Amino acid sequence: MTLALATDIPTTPQLLAPLHKQLGLHDDLALEMFWHMLLARRLDERMWILHRQHEVAFHISGIGHEATQVAAAYALKRGHDFIFPYYRDLCLTLALGLTPRAMMLAMYGKAGEPMSGARQMPAHYSARALNIVSISSPVATQIPQASGMALAMKYQNADQVVMTCFGEGSTAEGDFHEGLNWAGIFKLPVIFLCQNNQYAISSPVEREMPVKNVADRAVAYGMPGVIFDGNDFLEAYRALTQAVARARRGEGPTLLEAKMYRLSPHSSDDDDRTYRSRAEVEYWKQRDPLLLARKYCMENGLLDDARLEEFEQRARQIVDDANEFARNAPYPPPEEALNGVWGELPKF
Amino acid sequence: MPELSNIEAITRTLQAEMRRDPRIFITGEDVGKRGGVFRVTKGLYEEFGERRVIDSPLAELSIVATGIGAALYGLRPIVEIQFADFIAPAFNQLVQEAARFRYRTNGEWTVPLLIRTPYGGGIGGGLYHSQSIEATYAHVPGLYVVAPSTPYDIMGLLRYALRVDDPVLFLEHKKTYRLIKGEAPDTDYMIPFGKADIKRVGSDITVIAYGLMLHETLQAAQELMREDISVEVVDPRTLNPLDRDTILSSVKKTGKALIVYEDNLTLGFGAEIAALLASEAFEYLDAPVMRVAGPDVPAMPYARTMQDFFMPNAQKIADALRKLYAY
Repeated sequence: MTLALATDIPTTPQLLAPLHKQLGLHDDLALEMFWHMLLARRLDERMWILHRQHEVAFHISGIGHEATQVAAAYALKRGHDFIFPYYRDLCLTLALGLTPRAMMLAMYGKAGEPMSGARQMPAHYSARALNIVSISSPVATQIPQASGMALAMKYQNADQVVMTCFGEGSTAEGDFHEGLNWAGIFKLPVIFLCQNNQYAISSPVEREMPVKNVADRAVAYGMPGVIFDGNDFLEAYRALTQAVARARRGEGPTLLEAKMYRLSPHSSDDDDRTYRSRAEVEYWKQRDPLLLARKYCMENGLLDDARLEEFEQRARQIVDDANEFARNAPYPPPEEALNGVWGELPKF
Repeated sequence: MPELSNIEAITRTLQAEMRRDPRIFITGEDVGKRGGVFRVTKGLYEEFGERRVIDSPLAELSIVATGIGAALYGLRPIVEIQFADFIAPAFNQLVQEAARFRYRTNGEWTVPLLIRTPYGGGIGGGLYHSQSIEATYAHVPGLYVVAPSTPYDIMGLLRYALRVDDPVLFLEHKKTYRLIKGEAPDTDYMIPFGKADIKRVGSDITVIAYGLMLHETLQAAQELMREDISVEVVDPRTLNPLDRDTILSSVKKTGKALIVYEDNLTLGFGAEIAALLASEAFEYLDAPVMRVAGPDVPAMPYARTMQDFFMPNAQKIADALRKLYAY
């Protein structure tokens, strides 16, 4: 894959303002984005450890996806726009306001887990108050649903947009095709964000699709297809804000493709050594989005060693707190399994 | 009370409900300008325009999925699946998505989505325009399955369905669209889910039937009256939830039960009713519970002879009732 990576680009000449300012992001906001990436990473890492310690049954990771996800969260109007995420969107949902405690409760399947009442596996994000729509496990099902919600927004003449996320593996599903087809026909205010991490569990991109880029397919749906470096949080932010603005102006959907790499195995039950080389993984670790964002923040005076250490400590405290909280929470009563199937029927 | 056909009952109710509730819109294949292939949505495009009566692409999965998305947003979409036989591509969206949103979010997200679809045979529809799909979907917790058979029931249940906050699969027997006529008052009455209706009072045998089979059963019951066999006919009207009490009390009264359905026999909806009777009315039964249903072949064949062979009808039902009476 040939991509202009942030590391390959020479340091920005001082004549120009730093990229985050060019994109309209204040220093504080850019640093806040870095903070969410860092917190998401530390939380994710702890979840891996908890699984290896046999404390939790399952973990599915978003390591390597943080730059694109944090950019997605900051490109949307919070509590106004809607998001149909997918299971790797730990950083995205965290940045939108889902708490580490909620995520840890989901890891343990404990009472009070606010996304599903401890019914779903971890990483099945949902938060009505944050406009984060619940997801299931079969991939791509959320894509045509997102188009449907965008149709409803258009129906109501609302100044809102929908974003939906998925991996490149999902684009082989019929749901992907049908969802984009609707959005293209009706020019719906929806942003399709493909997080192309180059693997569908063990299958590399070449076995998932006959074209080089997911974005190449956009032409079939009458919408722009935009590729960007998904490891660069500011390039991601640039692409995402443009797509959001386009949707909000009523110009229709965009298919975005963030090129990145799945730095972790698919899930806690996967062993990626059986299908990809360590050299390949090491290559991409040099392009770790968190390292690139840290480098950017350091080079542009947003962050120094002391501040970074402070961030790390704060992240550790938050992750410790979430873990302790969830560990000590009770399990739901068994009969809780019977609740929540039906709503109350109308009386008349 | 004015008399109208089943199809008129649906069209008029859709029209009145759309006037009442601006959140209701309709989408599906050919529902707009064409007014639907059966003409169920006739006149709605003209009255409500393309904003509220939307011709969809030919894609059942996303007809249901976009309905889900719009329902999550707070609208009240009505989606039409042109033939029940074509709903299979939407199975995942309907069963694993629409029906599970409430449960999988502990009540936070709900899907008030109405899915209308014509089902059933007897119209020369062959394998893929004749199917009865109720058993598959009535198996799904979180999804209401409604199968009304008369204009009165259609209007009352359709109004109710549009006030329910969970997905509803609304099954319309296509052969009854124009065949069945009946009276319905010009009021906004409603029929709640889970309330069966005794369509004919009798004392010797109870028949449980819905859809076209309800009408075939009523004809058979009329015929048997001449033989002094008194048949009670229970129309469950909604299959999920099922009005167990009405079925049980009728069978406890008559002591004999026949279940009639058009789907193939094995694991059809009648199996659940038979199990209910075996576990809750065992001491009251004077004969084995019987079923009249389609044969266990993949679906209804096209040739008239084979179609008629497949379909239960008044004569086959009457024969079964005579056997049951004699037992």
